[in-house]
Amino acid sequence: MPEMNIIEAIRDALTLEMTRDERVIVLGLDVGRLGGVFRTTDGLQERFGKDRVVDTPLAEAVIIGSAIGLAISGMVPVAEIQFLGFTHQAFHQMGAQLGRFRYRSRGRFPLPVTVRAPMGGGTKTPEFHPDAIEAQFVQYPALKIALPSNPYDAKGMLLQAIRDPDPVLFIEPERLYRKGRAEVPAEDYTVPFGKARIAREGKDVTLVAWSAAVEVCERAAEQLATEGVQATVIDLRTLVPLDEETIVKSVESTGRCVVVHEAPLSAGFGAEIVATLQENAFYSLDAPIARVASYDTPYPPASLESHWLPSPERVVRQVRKLLSA
Amino acid sequence: MFQLLDPAGRLRNGAKPPLDDEFVLEGLRWMLLSRAIDARATALQRQGRLGVFSPVLGQEAAVVGSALALDPSRDWLVPQYRELPAMLMHGYPLHKHLLNLMGNPVEGRIPDDVLMLPTQVALAAQLPHAVGIAWGLKLQGKDGVVMTYFGEGASSEGDFHEACNLAGVVKAPVVFFLQNNNWAISTPRQLQSGAASLADRAAGYGMPGVQVDGNDLLAVNQVSREAVARARAGEGPSLIEAITYRMSFHNTTDNPSKYQDPAELEAARARDPIARVQAYLKGRGMWDEKREQEFEQAISEEIDAAVAKAQKAPVPNRSQIFDNVFAELTPRQAAQRRELLGEG
Repeated sequence: MPEMNIIEAIRDALTLEMTRDERVIVLGLDVGRLGGVFRTTDGLQERFGKDRVVDTPLAEAVIIGSAIGLAISGMVPVAEIQFLGFTHQAFHQMGAQLGRFRYRSRGRFPLPVTVRAPMGGGTKTPEFHPDAIEAQFVQYPALKIALPSNPYDAKGMLLQAIRDPDPVLFIEPERLYRKGRAEVPAEDYTVPFGKARIAREGKDVTLVAWSAAVEVCERAAEQLATEGVQATVIDLRTLVPLDEETIVKSVESTGRCVVVHEAPLSAGFGAEIVATLQENAFYSLDAPIARVASYDTPYPPASLESHWLPSPERVVRQVRKLLSA
Repeated sequence: MFQLLDPAGRLRNGAKPPLDDEFVLEGLRWMLLSRAIDARATALQRQGRLGVFSPVLGQEAAVVGSALALDPSRDWLVPQYRELPAMLMHGYPLHKHLLNLMGNPVEGRIPDDVLMLPTQVALAAQLPHAVGIAWGLKLQGKDGVVMTYFGEGASSEGDFHEACNLAGVVKAPVVFFLQNNNWAISTPRQLQSGAASLADRAAGYGMPGVQVDGNDLLAVNQVSREAVARARAGEGPSLIEAITYRMSFHNTTDNPSKYQDPAELEAARARDPIARVQAYLKGRGMWDEKREQEFEQAISEEIDAAVAKAQKAPVPNRSQIFDNVFAELTPRQAAQRRELLGEG
């Protein structure tokens, strides 16, 4: 089986789907000749031509807005926004328009549109680039939100996203793009939405995360293991749809839970997870459910970001606290 | 400003009408229908039988003249919300529009063979969609053209700029039809832009821009045909600025007496687009009182039938809140639906 990093897995999925379905069109800033600022679309324009891999003007709202029109005309657009932090300039087209068209057209215009964007910090990018604003899109309830954390999921979930009859915001973990290679099947496969991945199983505590925070939890779990604490790590994979069953079941068995995310604490999606567990697993809890998130400040300058982002150390500290409660 | 008919309905020196008289008569019929719907819908709104309504009053020539340039079997209509006659001309049934205004979640659906988007209340948000459709048609080798509508207020939005800019780059077969009716609710034209002409902005996007008398059915139709032909020939987008005037309120919640000079409205009435076409057709022996009565009678019956049909539509069911969210509801949505229906 070939080994790929996340960049290569995404490129593999795009190549596969563009070959299989000629309605698929990739558009965004620098996706053509350059192959994307992270090279996820490298070589695609040579292979599929300038009409199917399109360098657009620098304008996020019309990248998304025209993708809506392209889909209505019968195409299957995969739009790239260079960084999730830049989607704010397309926020209306993303949430209110893309995430609503099937509904507002009474079912006449379903939109098979995928919007790809990398998210998260830890790479010392300039301001706005790393903002983890995924939860803001959850408030538009007709947008699916997928966040793979590893190469296998990146390929299978992207194929799932492009084939989904509804719009999908596909958020990629920027920090993990080239973190390492893993086995990824060369053939066609999909990873269904709404099914969380249990990355590691342990009986003492459940760590819930998505995107790059999954890797933080895995490192925390390794540290905890050396202290004799067995942690389960759950990778949600999608926020919409949300796999309540897997997290509830896990917390029912461990009795303790820490939710970890890169977005600032207040009104982050972690609050939704905590509320869900409180409603469904309350009587199994041995300790309050905790959150480890970034602080409620603007994203700090690069030299301070490692103090701001959730770290394995903070997660471990929080777990120790729960265990002594 | 391009004009073929003067306000008295006389062809300007040397002007050749782009439409034969039967077609002009057809245009007039749509204009009269539009005005009669404005009156009826406003009355229904005042009786609490219809939601907020935005009349077309005063802008009939701009809307009808441009829509007459389209071929509904292959061209797309992307409206804002003040273009009802264009929607009807494109094949959207009036009773469905009324059902949308009544808040019916199902019956207002655009029929599958009508190439039109729903009305758009987020101003200018439809312009990127129009460009995307046009671009997609071009990429798929189809010969359709997209006509999209918006006002001078919407032209201040970022989506207008981004849409025009992309359309110019990809040479999308789209016509940007800007109805400059002088008012964005209470904000007058001069507060929207420092540009002397909004049509001049087209140059910045590498497309032609033309200013036309929006109360002149023939002139509007001629520039619209030219823009559609240009788009169809693969030459790209155009911007048309139709100078017209909103002769009524913004919508049924508005009160123009707070901001509008009555003298200005009077001057606009002297430029009424319907009176102009009627005078023109009269001069050609195609219009008289008898014909007017026949038209009015037929239009009144058409509206009666649509209102009756709308009122007979099935009462919405609360479960429909969850229809058309996704192809398949998420487990959460499905649980919420069960709760709503008392099944949870």
